[in-house]
Parts: sequence; C-alpha cells; structure tokens
Amino acid sequence: MAKRIEVSGLNAYYGKTRAIEDISMTIEPRSVTAFIGPSGCGKSTFLRTLNRMHEVIPGARVEGKVLLDDLDLYGPDVDPVAVRRVIGMVFQRPNPFPTMSIYENVVAGLKLNGVRRKAQLDEIVEKSLRGANLWNEVKDRLGRPGAGLSGGQQQRLCIARAIAVEPQVLLMDEPCSALDPISTLAIEDLIASLKDQYTIVIVTHNMQQAARVSDRTAFFNLAGPGKPGRMVEIDETNKIFTNPGEKATEDYITGRFG
Amino acid sequence: MTSETLEQGATRALDGRTRKMSTGRLGDRLFGLSAKGSGILLLVIMAAIAVFLIVKAVPALRADKANFLTSQEWNPDAAQSRFGIAQLTFGTVLSSVLALILATPVAVGIALFIAFYAPRRLADGLGYVVDLLAAVPSIVYGLWGLQFFVPKMNGVATFLHDDFGWIPLFGGDTVGGQCILTASIVLAIMILPIISSITREIFLQVPRANIEAALALGATRWEVIRMAVLPFGRSGMISASMLGLGRALGETIAVALVLGTASGISLHLLKPGGNTFAANIANTFAMAGKIGQSALIASGLVLFVITLLVNMAARAVISRRKEFV
Ligand SMILES: Nc1ncnc2c1ncn2[C@@H]1O[C@H](COP(=O)(O)OP(=O)(O)O)[C@@H](O)[C@H]1O
Ligand SMILES: [Mg+2]
Repeated sequence: MAKRIEVSGLNAYYGKTRAIEDISMTIEPRSVTAFIGPSGCGKSTFLRTLNRMHEVIPGARVEGKVLLDDLDLYGPDVDPVAVRRVIGMVFQRPNPFPTMSIYENVVAGLKLNGVRRKAQLDEIVEKSLRGANLWNEVKDRLGRPGAGLSGGQQQRLCIARAIAVEPQVLLMDEPCSALDPISTLAIEDLIASLKDQYTIVIVTHNMQQAARVSDRTAFFNLAGPGKPGRMVEIDETNKIFTNPGEKATEDYITGRFG
Repeated sequence: MTSETLEQGATRALDGRTRKMSTGRLGDRLFGLSAKGSGILLLVIMAAIAVFLIVKAVPALRADKANFLTSQEWNPDAAQSRFGIAQLTFGTVLSSVLALILATPVAVGIALFIAFYAPRRLADGLGYVVDLLAAVPSIVYGLWGLQFFVPKMNGVATFLHDDFGWIPLFGGDTVGGQCILTASIVLAIMILPIISSITREIFLQVPRANIEAALALGATRWEVIRMAVLPFGRSGMISASMLGLGRALGETIAVALVLGTASGISLHLLKPGGNTFAANIANTFAMAGKIGQSALIASGLVLFVITLLVNMAARAVISRRKEFV
C-alpha cells in the first residue's frame, strides 16, 4: 500500500506570488522523510501540494508534476477528492471535529468511503486508536467529545483518523509543534512504528526531531529575501546532519543561519 | 464532570481573590452599577407588562361562560359572554409551524449557497439582498399577499384539491386562496430572510481548520458541509429558526389581511378562512367592548406563554448536546 512519490519541476503560487520554485525530489515508500528549513520557506506549501490541498485556498495554484507510483496527481482526469482519500494529512494544530465523539472522529473518513457496518467500524476504530497509541487512554470513553482530550491526545486522535482509512501516504505538518515534550515523544514513537506500512513525510522545525525520526531529510530555504522558497538538498538524514553537501545546509543546522 | 467542578471551583477561588485585590476603581464601579441597573430594569419592565396583562385579563376570564381553553367561540361582548382560545391556538400554531417547515430548508439552502457555492461577488450581492428583505415591513408582505398572491393561490388551491384531494391536508369541501396554506407561505417568505441571514453568519464562523480536516479526508464540498458545517451550525440554526418562529407566531397584519373570516378548527389547509391570536387582536380590538378588549388581552397573554415555551424548548434542544460545542 505504501507508494513512492516523485516530484518534478514543481512551482506553487498564492495568487500572483510564487511561494515555492522548481522543486524536484523522490520520496521513498516505507520510510520517513523530514522537511526542515526556516519558517516561511514553503515547507507547508510544498507538503500541501502533495495531496492537492494547496488548491483549496482561493487563488492558489500549482505547476509541475507529482507522481504517485505511476499516476500523475495533477493529471487532467484525476479527481483531487480521490487523491486526498489515499494521501492522509495531519495538521500543525490538532483539529478533531468538535461536534463529534472520539469514535465518530476516527470513523469520519471511513464513512466517506461508504463503510457502514458497525462491527467493521468497531474493529477499525480499535485498530486505528491502538495504532495511534491512544486506545488505552480512551477505550472507556469513545462516546465523549474528541475536543475534550488534551492537546497531545487530540493530535493522536487526528493521526488515528488519518490512518483509519489506510492511506498510501501520510503527510504531517509540524505535528508536535503545539505539544508538550511527553506527547511529542509519544508521537515520535508512533511515527517510527507507522513507517513499516506507510510512506511518511513530516515537516518539523525541530532538527533533533528530524534526526530522531527520519530516514531522509530535505532542507528548504528561501532563494533570497522576497524570493520564493526552494529545496536546497535532500539526502540520508545522517549525511545531512554530519556532512551536508551544501554550505547553506551546514549553516542552518549548525545555527549559523542568516 | 469532575473536571467541570474543578474548573468551577478554581474560577470561584480566583473570583474571591480578584475581588479582594480589586482597587475598586470608580469606572469599574460605575460600569458594574449601570450593568446591574439595566438588568434589573429589564426584569421590572417584563414583570410590569405581565402584571398589567393579567390584571386586564381577569374581568373577561371572570365573565366567560365558556371554557377559555377549549371553546372555539369568540363572542366576548355578547350578553352571555362566551369565548375560548382553541381555534386561535390551532390557527396560530398550524400556520407558524407550517411556515417554519417551508422556510427553514430554503433559508439554510440560500445560506449554504451564499457561504460556500456562490462566487465571491454574487455572494456579496445576494447576502445584501437577503439582509434588505429582512427589513421590509410586514404590511408590505400582507398587501402583496392579498393583492398578488391570493388570486394566484385560488388556482393553485383548486389544482391541489382536484388532483391531490386524497391527501387529507388538501381535502375538504370548499377551497380558496384565502386559506391557511396561503397565510403560511406568506409567513414563510417573511421569516426566510432573518433565518437565512443568521444561518449564513454562523456558517461563515465554522473554523477553517475543521473544513480543511474534512477536505483532507477526501470529502467533497457537500460532504464537507455535512461533516463540518451543519453540525457546527446546528444550535445556531435552531436559534435562527426559533427567531423566525417567534416572528411568525406574533405576526399580525400580514395574516389578518390574507385570511378572511374565522372558520373552525380544520386540518384542511386549503379551506378559506382561519384565525390566529395576532390577527384576531388586530381585526377585532378596535370594535371590541370592555369585556371584548379584556378577552383579547387574555388571548395575548396566552400567545406570550406559547412564545416563551417555544424558546425554552429550543434552549433545551440546544443544551442537550452542549458538551459537543
Ligand atoms: N494562505 C496563504 N496565502 C498567501 N500566502 C501564503 C499563504 N500561506 C502561506 N503563504 C506564504 O507562502 C510562503 C511559504 O509559507 P509556508 O509554506 O507556510 O512556509 P513554512 O511552512 O515553511 O513556514 C510564505 O511567504 C507565506 O507568507
Ligand atoms: Mg508551516
């Protein structure tokens, strides 16, 4: 189920301004790829082009190619809704549906796919919540509101919601930035255990986190003040943090940035 | 539950502390006093109105030889004063509920269209028009209903009766344009803008994060609305409908103009005639005698109670799932 993503010549715009420029990279299946870089350099924008979420912003558009195995996601007869059903996303701020219970939140995506059988739903809810390391904490209160959980639990609930539909790729945009260290650790463990099954892409502003969880790391930077963001390099995480190929990367990871 | 009480306890403790720490600045005190004063004034006015209504209503209730709650007659000024609210209650509730049933889906549809489907400029224009419609005085709707709509409804009523007469609602011996159905439609048109403009405001407040969460799961636009928008706007939609229902219940002039004479309790929506509390008051108050006026005030009191009950019911519905936003 995990698939490879191949991006080539990708540009993304907000209205007339180009936010990212000419990005090409390959994201390997069953691995964790981390995006690092200063804020405002287009990491979130790029991530959102991978499941066609970028274009839901009025005036936003994308140029270039994103291949999921052999399928061009921006091909003329590809339905963005179908793309989002196979590429899951976890956002920076936990966003469980406030009107839904924990159970309903987990099955929200399944309902869209037409799964209605109670027994099957029950089974997937348990499996997804276990997968998200949340089952033990919530199994006695599945009917309670998802918004009543702590921030870290809410984020794991959002992960459970995303993996319940068994996506081929899981995109995470700074999933720990609003969380305390213990919740962060829980989510990092979770990412490590999910990578056997999924292709995972994680944006993080935390370089230790990138070093801990990822197999490969891409460094993004602005081409210059007022210019669009670009990808400087992508390589094995080890290599990026010990012996990066570019001066800009080295400056950034050693804190000599600017 | 536990966390709630804890929170309440904490708030109370904090309250006590800030009160002790307060320097009692003059501005704070003045504002507190004026806020408290306004609240008390409002309660006093409400109580005064209620007392006034009750005092004025008592003579008629004493004189009534019929059962006030169950009688369908309305002859308070006869030598043997006989009157009751059965028909008025029936007419009022039926026409208002029907108006609500007709108006709410259309109003929500318009609000959804404006908030999520219409292109920006069309949405702005439409929203403006809907807000304007909410400000049209009801006499205008009443005159329009009587002059334009009733003649049209004559034909519609005959058609419905001939072809769908087997549905009890459209049955009956005589049909005509000046019927409860026409009144309900006019009421529905009157309350549609207010419901629509409030629901639109609520839809626009749905957090972007919730909409994006639904989109990222692969929801279509309609599925986003069902997943994130409608549940979020639920209590707001109920409040908006109740505001509309309140307006329909109390509407006087449009209903008085559209409906002709009173006719007993009947579920035949196309039967000419019908009556409501407000229309009855408007039609008969000027010519009523002493007991007649007092009887009308008594009926007004009942309308007040009905409106109150409707609002309480709406509140109960809203708070039932309070923990879910
Ligand atoms: N909704 C938006 N509308 C217009 N510009 C945006 C929007 N979101 C982001 N941008 C701009 O795009 C650039 C990249 O932003 P973003 O992708 O959020 O960066 P990062 O995630 O790396 O911090 C920034 O200059 C930002 O101001
Ligand atoms: Mg970002």
